[in-house]
Amino acid sequence: MIQAFAFYLFSAIVILSGALTVLSRNPVHSVLWLILAFFNAAGLMVLVGAEFIAMLLVIVYVGAVAVLFLFVVMMLDIDFAELRSGFVRYGFFGLLIALVLAGELIIAGGAWSAGAIDIAHRAAPASADLSNIEAMGALIYSKYLYIFEAAGLVLLVAMIGAIVLTHRDRKDTRPQNISDQVKRRPQDAVRNVNQPVGQGVEL
Amino acid sequence: MIGLQHYLVVSAILFVMGVLGIFINRKNIIIILMAIELILLSVNINLVAFSAYLGDLVGQVFAMFVLTVAAGEAAIGLAILVIYFRGRGSIAVDDVNRMKG
Repeated sequence: MIQAFAFYLFSAIVILSGALTVLSRNPVHSVLWLILAFFNAAGLMVLVGAEFIAMLLVIVYVGAVAVLFLFVVMMLDIDFAELRSGFVRYGFFGLLIALVLAGELIIAGGAWSAGAIDIAHRAAPASADLSNIEAMGALIYSKYLYIFEAAGLVLLVAMIGAIVLTHRDRKDTRPQNISDQVKRRPQDAVRNVNQPVGQGVEL
Repeated sequence: MIGLQHYLVVSAILFVMGVLGIFINRKNIIIILMAIELILLSVNINLVAFSAYLGDLVGQVFAMFVLTVAAGEAAIGLAILVIYFRGRGSIAVDDVNRMKG
């Protein structure tokens, strides 16, 4: 009973906030609706017992991706009213395609439930005596270790790519020259002088 | 227990919302990126629901990789958006094709 209530609550909010994400006028509101959608999707995943993915969704999406969106939306000074000019023109066509797509997806779901797909073969059966995060860890770090490493590589490439793309050399700053600093030796930089009394220092 | 069909319908509706968002916000690339995030979220819901109902953990492992790629894609997309805005002072996607060379 409480499960059904939670499911309908979460799914109603996730659909509503997904709609408001793409329909709202102000992009800052869009980002906030997106955050709400992510939270409720995490709730949906908790309901089926996928706690690890749910927490990953909250941490990665809400904590990192949505905040990145919020930074960019607030940093760029954009005239958003001008960007909405095609809204009505594309609206009808988009709605048509969306309805066709929704119909097809629901028909596909119905066809799947009619059977004829072999689901007996499982690659990694979930065991009942392990918690979700334990089973996921055992799987990721053994069977899917190389793919996991490749995912880390994807993130590294994304990070370096984002830095390289947005980095710019500004002429009015004096950046650190590391090779000059490392090459500096004490005998070049320090001088011992036996200074006579009463005379100025020669620099 | 809620049936798998319910999850599939929710994720299908969310997917369609994302596609609709790409269509009706054709000029605003920030909303397009958010719509892509919605699409990937619906894919993740689908993967996790199947994984839970079939008793197979691989779906959740794959959902994690989808999450990774989505995070990287958002970072790179927003970086491209920032340099495009820096050069042109607007983010209208219509005249991106002037960005040759």
